[in-house]
Amino acid sequence: MSIRINPEKCIGCSKCVNVCPGSLIELSERKAYMRYPKDCWGCVSCVKECPKGAIDFFLGADIGGNGSTMHVVSEGDLLQWKIHKYDGTQKVIEINRKNANRY
Amino acid sequence: MDRKQITTDVLIVGGGTAGCYAALTVSRNSNMSVLIAEKANIKRSGCLAAGVNAINAYILPGRKPQDYVDYATKDANGIVRSDLLLTAAERFNEVTADMEQLGLVILKDENGNYVARGNRNIKINGENFKPILAQAVQHAENVEVLNHVNITDLLVQDGQVYGAVGFSIKEPVAYVIHAKTVLIATGGAAGLYRPNNPGFSRHKMWYPPFNTGAGYAMGIRAGAEMTSFEMRFIALRCKDTIAPTGTIAQGVKAKQINSRGDVYEDQYGITTSERVYGTVRENQLGHGPCYLKTTEIRPEQDDDLLKAYLNMAPSQTLKWIESGKNPSQQDVEIEGTEPYIVGGHTASGYWVNTHRETTIRGLYAAGDVAGGCPQKYVTGALAEGKIAALDIIQKYGNQNQNQNPEALTLQEDAVIAGYEAILAEQNPLFSIEDLEEAMQKVMDAYAGGIGTNYQFNERQLRMAEEKIERLTALAEHVQADDMHELLFAYELKERLVVCRSLIAHLMGRKETRWHAFNENLDHPGIDEAYFAYVNSRLEDGKIKVFLRDLVKEERYEHTN
Repeated sequence: MSIRINPEKCIGCSKCVNVCPGSLIELSERKAYMRYPKDCWGCVSCVKECPKGAIDFFLGADIGGNGSTMHVVSEGDLLQWKIHKYDGTQKVIEINRKNANRY
Repeated sequence: MDRKQITTDVLIVGGGTAGCYAALTVSRNSNMSVLIAEKANIKRSGCLAAGVNAINAYILPGRKPQDYVDYATKDANGIVRSDLLLTAAERFNEVTADMEQLGLVILKDENGNYVARGNRNIKINGENFKPILAQAVQHAENVEVLNHVNITDLLVQDGQVYGAVGFSIKEPVAYVIHAKTVLIATGGAAGLYRPNNPGFSRHKMWYPPFNTGAGYAMGIRAGAEMTSFEMRFIALRCKDTIAPTGTIAQGVKAKQINSRGDVYEDQYGITTSERVYGTVRENQLGHGPCYLKTTEIRPEQDDDLLKAYLNMAPSQTLKWIESGKNPSQQDVEIEGTEPYIVGGHTASGYWVNTHRETTIRGLYAAGDVAGGCPQKYVTGALAEGKIAALDIIQKYGNQNQNQNPEALTLQEDAVIAGYEAILAEQNPLFSIEDLEEAMQKVMDAYAGGIGTNYQFNERQLRMAEEKIERLTALAEHVQADDMHELLFAYELKERLVVCRSLIAHLMGRKETRWHAFNENLDHPGIDEAYFAYVNSRLEDGKIKVFLRDLVKEERYEHTN
């Protein structure tokens, strides 16, 4: 369970650094990096906060991760979750914050 | 290390659900100044970082708050504070309405009524529950938020609280905060026991790994009375991702089955502890793995389940997608988590009066850190924050700032000297991480962790006691290279304090009132002599454990 920050996309805005409930992300040379990957809870607060979609979320191999990653692009109340599967396919799930869960 | 001194009327330690709502309540109803000290950032800190996808404690039409009290009392086999449950339940609906006003989305039917899930739940989109609450706090008058400041010690003299001491996790600054009154809202404790996934995903646990029992620890050390730590909470969760199961069990009515396909939940009972116990037993009998039978749901329900989990436990959604099979195509494997101490689910925490004031004058507790009120969940945390805040206003609103006793300065200096010692430590043999791992191993093996199917006997507890004492001594000499690592050092120390009290409580209840939660092999049955609270207090360096009679009155006030 952890995240991977893409330094190419990161603009060093610090939003992820500030929001992480474990304060696990730090800034170095104007790029965010995950200082404590094993301490990530998997809450994806940083993934949702990132304005550039630069943070990928993945499952550790010890809990069944196969190499798929997930990030989110949000626009207003719309959250578009983009899941890149390890086999190269992509799945998109759209969530509107104005809609409640059915279950 | 620099020192900053702040004076406020109300200090709130922990800006999670309870802390934020208490701050809002004080702001709306008084002119008192409020300071929230939060070790992370209130936007996403606490239990609701990822979100929550239902209000689990709500009084549906046709039901009464007393019905909720009866339900929680039965689930806890009688060991609850009915005064606390009732006063929380009476406010479940008003705090929900307020959250909706602030922007929380709640599912409604065509007539505009909330849609029920089971007997006590309503459906929401709680992905942004915490940001909504945090935003309201940011706009509230007279409320200041100190993010990334970790409080470690209460300032207490002669049974009265005067404030607290902490440090910034970003810069070398110690904070001395003086206050008329302090509300502890730090949540419960995770990471005491070896977790389900001890390797790379060690923090993929159900309860926040950042809730380290800070509030319990500072209360215990200050001599506050605690209750029911032995009523541990063990959650039944989706295997590996440790995601909640209620959405599947209640939302799509999936039953618990073993590997043979037999529905086993009826055999063991359906209280929270019995559901965990049944799963453990089935595995012991060789009938595992156990599952929630989702293969009976309709394929069109799959998408809604994937979305519901994205709003609460996104790892489970990713797990389904990675496996290439939706919930309708494979049953969800389940397991019990490591034990947690969490007053939002069981009754562990501070012993409080009906207004949520602890046994230390001026010190309040709300949310998971407050005991006696199990299954309060999110609405209960909001309700307790409000109850405590209203009492604070009434009792302390017109009082002048405390005249601080002189001895306080000595306390402050000692705490800060403690920070400096850890930062100055050179090359100790053991790292913070080494000792955390050792603590979790001890608790797992000798105090009823996953490794022993949650069972223990008194001999094992004695060994746990001895080993935790040794680790506590070693933890005095850990080294931190920066302020962030100083936080880790204190989290370890806090957990060790909680472990010590927990072991004393497990020894104090010589019966098995709840399977799994407190499975004492020396005393496998219920003993009516323990139809009482097991409480504790640190006295002269020793944990004193004692029984208290059940509270039957509508209002309870501390008298002794």
